[in-house]
Amino acid sequence: MKTPIQFRLNGEDVATFVEGGANLLDTLRETVGDLSVKGGCWQGTCGTCTVLIDGAPRLSCITLAETCNGSSIETAAGLRRGSELHPLQIAFMERFAAQCGYCTPGMLMAAKALLDKNPNPTRQDVIEAISGNICRCTGYEPIINAVLDAAREHARSRA
Amino acid sequence: MLEFRKDIFADERDDNLLEIGQPTQRQDMLGHVTATSRYYDDHRFANLLHLKVLRSPHAHARIRSIDDSGAARAPGVKRIIRAADVPVNLNTLLSLMQFGKDDEPSLATDVVRYKGEPILGIVATSERAALEAMALVRISYDPLPAVFDVEEALKPGAPSVNPTYPKNTFEYHGKYDHQKLRFGDVDAAFAQADVVLEDRYQMSPIEHAPTETNGSIAVPDTNGRIVVYTSTQALFFSLDTAAKINALPSNQLHFIGGTVGGGFGGKVDTMTEPLAILAARLTGAPVRYRFSRHEEMQFGSPRGAERIYIKDGIMRDGRIIARQVRAYFDSGAYTRLSSYAVIKCAGHIPGPYTIPNVSADVYCVFTNRTPATAMRGFGVTAIDFAIECQMDKDAVAIGMDPLEFRMLNAYRDGDMKAHRREAKNCALIECAQVAAEKAQWPLRDEFRRMSSRQGGAARAGVTDRSRMPAPAVPTRVPASTTQRVTYERPMPAVSPAATPPPPPPTPPQPPAPAASGHGARRFSSVFGTRRR
Repeated sequence: MKTPIQFRLNGEDVATFVEGGANLLDTLRETVGDLSVKGGCWQGTCGTCTVLIDGAPRLSCITLAETCNGSSIETAAGLRRGSELHPLQIAFMERFAAQCGYCTPGMLMAAKALLDKNPNPTRQDVIEAISGNICRCTGYEPIINAVLDAAREHARSRA
Repeated sequence: MLEFRKDIFADERDDNLLEIGQPTQRQDMLGHVTATSRYYDDHRFANLLHLKVLRSPHAHARIRSIDDSGAARAPGVKRIIRAADVPVNLNTLLSLMQFGKDDEPSLATDVVRYKGEPILGIVATSERAALEAMALVRISYDPLPAVFDVEEALKPGAPSVNPTYPKNTFEYHGKYDHQKLRFGDVDAAFAQADVVLEDRYQMSPIEHAPTETNGSIAVPDTNGRIVVYTSTQALFFSLDTAAKINALPSNQLHFIGGTVGGGFGGKVDTMTEPLAILAARLTGAPVRYRFSRHEEMQFGSPRGAERIYIKDGIMRDGRIIARQVRAYFDSGAYTRLSSYAVIKCAGHIPGPYTIPNVSADVYCVFTNRTPATAMRGFGVTAIDFAIECQMDKDAVAIGMDPLEFRMLNAYRDGDMKAHRREAKNCALIECAQVAAEKAQWPLRDEFRRMSSRQGGAARAGVTDRSRMPAPAVPTRVPASTTQRVTYERPMPAVSPAATPPPPPPTPPQPPAPAASGHGARRFSSVFGTRRR
């Protein structure tokens, strides 16, 4: 028995059918085809699959797809506008904030959730915002610095 | 921030390089930040099948019977893969380099030797269908006595873990049960030392836990070959291993990889590709074999546990005159790469210190634990941890500053290492000086002025110079600066002869492999083309 659901994904309307019990991670990757979302543990512990649901960071691997009906979902695939990179993406590049790159999409979304809510975060704010995201290459310092850079750049561009 | 200390050894190099020393962007960075880098699981195939593997719940047991009839009839199941389906069901990774004997099955036949050993593969239309079918498999086991401790495993009467190596030790050169290092006379030196300190160090296994778990997708190609998308961090190593296990010429496999979601050594063991390929061949469909997080943590091979005993003989003036090491690598139930880790460990002893009397015995031991593998400097990191802990204790025992104690004993250009190689391009003293400066750790003047270029044994004649090549750099050092201020570098006689005795005969070269060697010889890219 499949259930029809509709949601907005990175600003576009999406309609699909999901099995009862299907999680949002598999739905995005296997049904909708958004491969920017990565699975790391499939049990809600590593943060790799972080997406934004109505602006809040959520673990897509333990979010039932059916509960997302009518929601607005953001993934790393929607960060850039055409060829223009998001300030977080530029800062991650310049700060060498990715090594293997596998945790990066989730990190970016956790950081975006923070900056959308708090444009002038402290270092501690950043640490707390990404505290649910595991980077096994252990490049946390460059990531924290990149998020702070992006916040400063964002503030400068609005000034 | 990165800091280049180009003032150190500035006269030893040209500093006119365009790229080296300059920051440069990684070629894969744009893909990473835009989430468009394609990992193995970011390839999509119609009618993809899923392989899940049934694993042993016992650390050591005989398999009495397997009843998979219920699983074979379960919804969505396309194929059960049994041990008998694996073309070459015995392999060891380093057989590609003619090192070690084939000792590990892809699927267990009659005995399981660690908890998590693969027994049966189930190929189904979804992971869920495969797991539900797995619950219907009935296996009857006779548990066997297991051993989990390296020293217990070496005792007489210990359970024999691996039938290829019934004494629970890897076999080097066809006959040696460990790696041995002998230099000087440690027993005589211990008798003369002011302080003798012995301690035991135990490392636990460490799981790499990459955020992307091990996995691969094998896809039948239109030309009969199999294309394999894989997380491996050793693409051609995995290709050759998979070719051997599937009894295929390696040109029938096309491996695509290189974008790896974290490896750290945990993705060299070729744990998924051979069975994914076999499943694709048996079903004619694309098959994905992806570790769950639980499989990755529980059964993905970890950094091996190591037990290390160090005994040091120290003089009150700060010199280490003897170091004896006994180390045991816990290889788990099969060899994988621990045999090689042991060689690296033996090659690293006694650490970056000039010690005139060194003795080491390093064992690769089989136990009923998860087979261990590579991880970030494996073979060296643990012995370094043990050595550096021991160095701190040594320093405390003789009331010396631990950093100065290290600098005093550090390799210098021209020193003779325990492996009878001359130390060259040494820099530990300079590293220690910079570290002390950064940490605002007080060093006495003579240590601040110390240099790796001065006071080396070749200059001071500590060891038998007749066996040593001419020192590499002393002509650059003004003679007036070669005198050490506080401590005399030359080691006094600790035994009737200050010079170490001639080295013991080196082990003979390994015998040439038999012409009828294992399958890898035929296909290995290490040795070029097919050999049969």
